[in-house]
Amino acid sequence: MAKPFTPKVVTANALIEGDVVYLTEGDRWTRDLTLAELIEDEAIADERLLFASAQTETVVGVYLAEAIPGESGPEPTHFREDFRRTGPSNYFHGKQAELHDV
Amino acid sequence: MYSYSEFDAGFVAERNRQFRAQVERRVAGHLTEEEFKPLRLMNGLYLQLHAYMLRVAIPYGTLNSRQMRQLAMIAERWDKGYGHFTTRQNIQFNWPKLPDVPDMLDALAEVEMHAIQTSGNTIRNVTADHFAGAAADEVADPRPVAELLRQWSTDHPEFQFLPRKFKIAVTGAENDRAVIRAHDIGLQIVERDGEIGYRVIVGGGLGRTPMIGKVLSDFVPQADLLPYVEAVVSVWNLLGRRDNKYKSRIKITVHEHGIEEIKARVEERFALIRPTFSGIDTVLFEEIKAAFAPSAFREASTAVYETAYKTDPIFRAWADTNLAEHRAPGHAIVQVSLKAHGATPGDATAEQMRVLADLAERYGHDELRISHEQNVILPHVHKSDLPGIHATLKKHGLATANIGLISDIIACPGMDYCALATARSIPIAQQIAERFDELKLEHEIGGMKIKISGCINACGHHHVGHIGILGLDRAGVENYQITLGGDHTQEAAIGERTGPGFSAEEIIPAVERLVYAYLDLREGPEETFLAAYRRVGMAPFKAALYEKKEAYAAE
Repeated sequence: MAKPFTPKVVTANALIEGDVVYLTEGDRWTRDLTLAELIEDEAIADERLLFASAQTETVVGVYLAEAIPGESGPEPTHFREDFRRTGPSNYFHGKQAELHDV
Repeated sequence: MYSYSEFDAGFVAERNRQFRAQVERRVAGHLTEEEFKPLRLMNGLYLQLHAYMLRVAIPYGTLNSRQMRQLAMIAERWDKGYGHFTTRQNIQFNWPKLPDVPDMLDALAEVEMHAIQTSGNTIRNVTADHFAGAAADEVADPRPVAELLRQWSTDHPEFQFLPRKFKIAVTGAENDRAVIRAHDIGLQIVERDGEIGYRVIVGGGLGRTPMIGKVLSDFVPQADLLPYVEAVVSVWNLLGRRDNKYKSRIKITVHEHGIEEIKARVEERFALIRPTFSGIDTVLFEEIKAAFAPSAFREASTAVYETAYKTDPIFRAWADTNLAEHRAPGHAIVQVSLKAHGATPGDATAEQMRVLADLAERYGHDELRISHEQNVILPHVHKSDLPGIHATLKKHGLATANIGLISDIIACPGMDYCALATARSIPIAQQIAERFDELKLEHEIGGMKIKISGCINACGHHHVGHIGILGLDRAGVENYQITLGGDHTQEAAIGERTGPGFSAEEIIPAVERLVYAYLDLREGPEETFLAAYRRVGMAPFKAALYEKKEAYAAE
């Protein structure tokens, strides 16, 4: 039996800056995971992934990342996604230092 | 030092011009990522976890002050004010933006540097002993041959689409400081009956399947070296497996075919191509060698040094730990630690780079080296200048007296930056260094190599660490495996796994237990951790790790 679908967000890296971005419900890219669209349906996830993957002039390396609903929006389930939404742990650089929309 | 010829400068300028146009086409949407990716990788540009990363080659780890200042400028202008020196004598900039990269490459070209072949399935930056030209135990300076190999391998038409990447390291001394037995080809300069030649070691490598290199030839004369190396790469280029990237490196080819068969094939190929080498390579080699001719070392009193050594205990501790023997009387090799306790191994700020450049210019024959152990070397310093150098280093957080000690840790960038990583490395290195500094134990422990990798690819050389740490993802949690008894020197050995791994919280206490077990069982301070491990084997360390947690806890 296929594994039941678990919620996802669409994520990628921005082409110009290279930093981590997430797809919003409004078809925009955001740097803030809590503003991302949490997709709970597999068919919709596939469709959103296709939609995002076509935006080759804006983003690179589009994929679906596991997420769960949190108090203020989607939250990561895996430590890799947690680092991606935050930045490195040795310096206060990356997302933790600078959060603004594309 | 070698200076670019007109040809070198023209080649780099042309490549930079091409890449600038490629970036413009990518940004304008005329190239897809699929088309662009191999082009950016050919120019050292990766896309990492949080940003792009530009990897710049520092050929055989040698820099002059002008180059170091330019790296500082690049770090400030296009990055976040620092650079990361790697185990392959490269510098990585972690935060460039795509449209800025062509300008960064032009800035590098101004000081005869580039990022070509720092990625992709090509022959990578040729690395060398960081004491080259200065070491007391050296047969000959390995940099001229490394430069010859750099010129030969750069844009070599036969070797642009190899089965996988290919790494060459050279040492000029019997004491191997360049880890040549863990490279695809390791070269050791040797002397036989007054003639200089090369011992050629092949098929070493770390990564998923670690192997110690095997001797392919004990002596290749200077005039035959380039055709011989070309024959090796050529044989592997045809024989190496392209069906499975985990089996494509030459270590697997050597393992699968056996060293004797490889030797026979290399000799056959060598016989075929040797006549096509007209001798221009040996002429070129002599020219390169002249560029590396040592400058005159001054003769002066070392009284200032001796007084400082006697009267200043901080200077003495630094001198005892961070200096190495120079071949010229009255001189020393200064190892500048980029491992201040709690800092990121291998990182230098732009300010620190400028300080090092100034010191090299003022006191060090304008030479700097980057070691595979992620430190910076001032290779030629007169001892009378050491107190002044130390005082300057101290002001800029560069005087940590820990070379070769437990806090002088190699660590790859790990999951703090790297897209391939399965766990973080940097925080583990930071915590180990801080913990042993707090315990004030590191000088008592003595020589110790801890090497940490954040994934199986082993950029942090964990397999050859006395204590190796490998970070993995175990069911969604960072987990750290320990290996013991690795050795990166001429007695190269792959470390042995102790058993189950430890969580991020457990790994520091686990290392502490290993160290206490060692201090308990060593025969005296002269018996290093590695020597003790070789004498007693795994059992007592395993017991300390898994059975005697309480005995060593909370000491």
